[in-house]
Amino acid sequence: MNWKKPITSSLKSLSLSIALVCAGTYIAHAETVGEPEKEELKFGFIKLTDMAPIAIAYENGYFEDEGLYVTIEAQANWKVLLNGVIDGTLDGAHMLAGQPIAATMGYGTKAHIITPFSMDLNGNAITVSNDIWKKMKPNIPKMADGRPVHPIKADSLKPVIESLASEGKPFKMGMVFPVSTHNYELRYWLAAGGIHPGYYAPHKGDNSGQIDAQALLSVTPPPQMPSTMEAGTIHGYCVGEPWNQQAVFKGIGVPVVTDYEIWKNNPEKVFGITAAFAEKYPNTTIRLTRALIRAAKWLDDNSNANRPAAVKILSQSNYVGADYDVIANSMTGTFEYEKGDKRAVPDFNVFFRYNATYPYYSDAIWYLTQMRRWGQISDDKSDQWYKDLAAKVYRPDIYAKAAQSLIDDKLIPANEFPDFTKENGFKAPQQHFIDDIVYDGNQPNAYLEKFKLGLKKGDKL
Amino acid sequence: MKVSKSILSKITNAMLLPVIGITVFLFLWSISAQSIHTSLGTFPGPNAVVKQFSSLYGEHVAEREKAEAFYQRQEKRNVAKQEKNPNYVGKIRAYTGKETFFDQILTSLFTVTCGFLVAAIIAIPLGIWMGLNKRLNSAINPIVQIFKPVSPLAWLPLVTMVVSALYVSDDPMVSKSFLTSLITVSLCSLWPMVINTSIGVSSIDSDLLNVSKVLRLPTLTHIKKIVIPASIPMIFTGMRLSFGVAWMVLIAAEMLAQNPGLGKFVWDEFQNGSSDSLARIMAAVIVIGFIGFLLDRAMLELQRKVSWDKSSASV
Repeated sequence: MNWKKPITSSLKSLSLSIALVCAGTYIAHAETVGEPEKEELKFGFIKLTDMAPIAIAYENGYFEDEGLYVTIEAQANWKVLLNGVIDGTLDGAHMLAGQPIAATMGYGTKAHIITPFSMDLNGNAITVSNDIWKKMKPNIPKMADGRPVHPIKADSLKPVIESLASEGKPFKMGMVFPVSTHNYELRYWLAAGGIHPGYYAPHKGDNSGQIDAQALLSVTPPPQMPSTMEAGTIHGYCVGEPWNQQAVFKGIGVPVVTDYEIWKNNPEKVFGITAAFAEKYPNTTIRLTRALIRAAKWLDDNSNANRPAAVKILSQSNYVGADYDVIANSMTGTFEYEKGDKRAVPDFNVFFRYNATYPYYSDAIWYLTQMRRWGQISDDKSDQWYKDLAAKVYRPDIYAKAAQSLIDDKLIPANEFPDFTKENGFKAPQQHFIDDIVYDGNQPNAYLEKFKLGLKKGDKL
Repeated sequence: MKVSKSILSKITNAMLLPVIGITVFLFLWSISAQSIHTSLGTFPGPNAVVKQFSSLYGEHVAEREKAEAFYQRQEKRNVAKQEKNPNYVGKIRAYTGKETFFDQILTSLFTVTCGFLVAAIIAIPLGIWMGLNKRLNSAINPIVQIFKPVSPLAWLPLVTMVVSALYVSDDPMVSKSFLTSLITVSLCSLWPMVINTSIGVSSIDSDLLNVSKVLRLPTLTHIKKIVIPASIPMIFTGMRLSFGVAWMVLIAAEMLAQNPGLGKFVWDEFQNGSSDSLARIMAAVIVIGFIGFLLDRAMLELQRKVSWDKSSASV
């Protein structure tokens, strides 16, 4: 049966040449992203509204458009989620901005995790129990209609903590993870009001973060915050939505300040993958970034016109699962402080505008400054060290490739993105902090010197 | 007269009393539920749970339709790719959407059966060996006694870490989560079977042993003809105990590790904090209890079939 051989071999070469021609024309059209190397992916998330880009990319078929078949799985807490990404059970996940940074640095767990996509701006708030609110309220200035003036500063909380302390009672608050945005926001707010949130001393094995603390902060997973506060274990917490609005609905607590008021348009969650994943599957990485960018854009399109539809998706039991009304409260541009005190906060959740999805080095460096400020980084580091670590974790290069291909495909116009030829990854010095301190990502050490509370150059616990 | 009386009392026992019991329970449940006010609303009564069952079924049907659409889209995409590139080999991937309540039930049932079988394969031969060999028994017994009371929640972190470390493959046959659930279930359901089997084997009637000695049966025949048949009732008692343990452990493991199954369903609902959550959890609780009951019954029937001593297989 030798006659078969030449035919098959010529067939083979024919098909090969066809393939080559195809590939050639493919490249000639535009510099398109290649086929994904890994098509079946599993992403983890925590039940919070800011996981929305992942849910939308799935539900709107953006992942499928990229040839990616994604399974999305809720995780029990941030630790389980991080371990899942590290050990490969998950290919990627909705992460706290501090998680990839801390993991790459080796604080907590050591693993090289990167982020090509920042998921959102703002979206958190600080809630206190009814009891604390009742004691705080007399210290807060009022508007003409009797409602409290916002933003509420921690100054009004200070006398409450002092009176508790004089009775020998500790003041306890919850946050979601030691390197969470929430931990730093809560600390920032407390410290701006002169309340010491406590230091970490990892070199001594002390990771409780309660050295010298006037407010004891501890870890509670987001969805359990309301019930933990209701049980009286904590007096308040800092968490993402919908768990602040949930407290209002349940009538168990009052959100006093949103993170938008602590730091206007602060970066929140990121999408984290391991560096090894990005290296092994470069096309997959770009493609999933493309899908997420499209989802984020959809969420913000036409000044939040798609938000009600997004809320409906998020309220499904496999995503956030809370009631529609609870999620809608913050997602559709309002925020309810005290029951009935609903105010417009159009930028409470930002997913795309203001270049929200671009992974800025300066954002990573801000987190690092807070890690140093509260002792999670034990020793002084040079400005260069901050920049090097940020560049190791935040990957605007991948983002730019994904964005450029979206521009080439005419899916999103170029003016919706930063100008990639000029962008250096550093935002201009930012001013809108609750304590009016200006942050310049280029000078982390100088920034640290500006704080009244917190470690400074040469300090070591 | 006498006959009809006994039939009557049988009917009463088998039908009437359980019905009365259940009715009273439902009544008490709905009364007390109304007076429990949680932050997610009042505690769900029987009505709310029944309503959730139907909505869970509705979700299941809707999800199946979505899955159908998913497969159609996928096929279209594969055809399009093939047109572009004739060498492309289309691959059909499993639906990536959420698992419904009914999917979770099947997952849990499958996991518990696998975990239990693994445990049985290890435990029964080990138990027989321990029963036959006093020295081995005294060597292993302390280990069994120490591991027996260990909670699945303590095993789980260890199992998770070990599985992640050892089970590395690019294209795994089964998922890691399935494996961790399975091993945790096996680890916890192993011990009652080992203990019962070894006691069963070591307490075989001396007459039977003497028969075996007189006939000079070879060891394997001795085990096959004398030991196993004689200790079947005890082995099955151990298996029934173990199956109950396995089912309980599985739900706990799934809850803690977020492995797919009914436990994950319960935990997800708890985390959702929606106004339907409690009713859904209650629905799951009823299903979990009912399945546990059915599994026990199934083991009992099996025991009746294989055991010569029918009296040992009473309820």
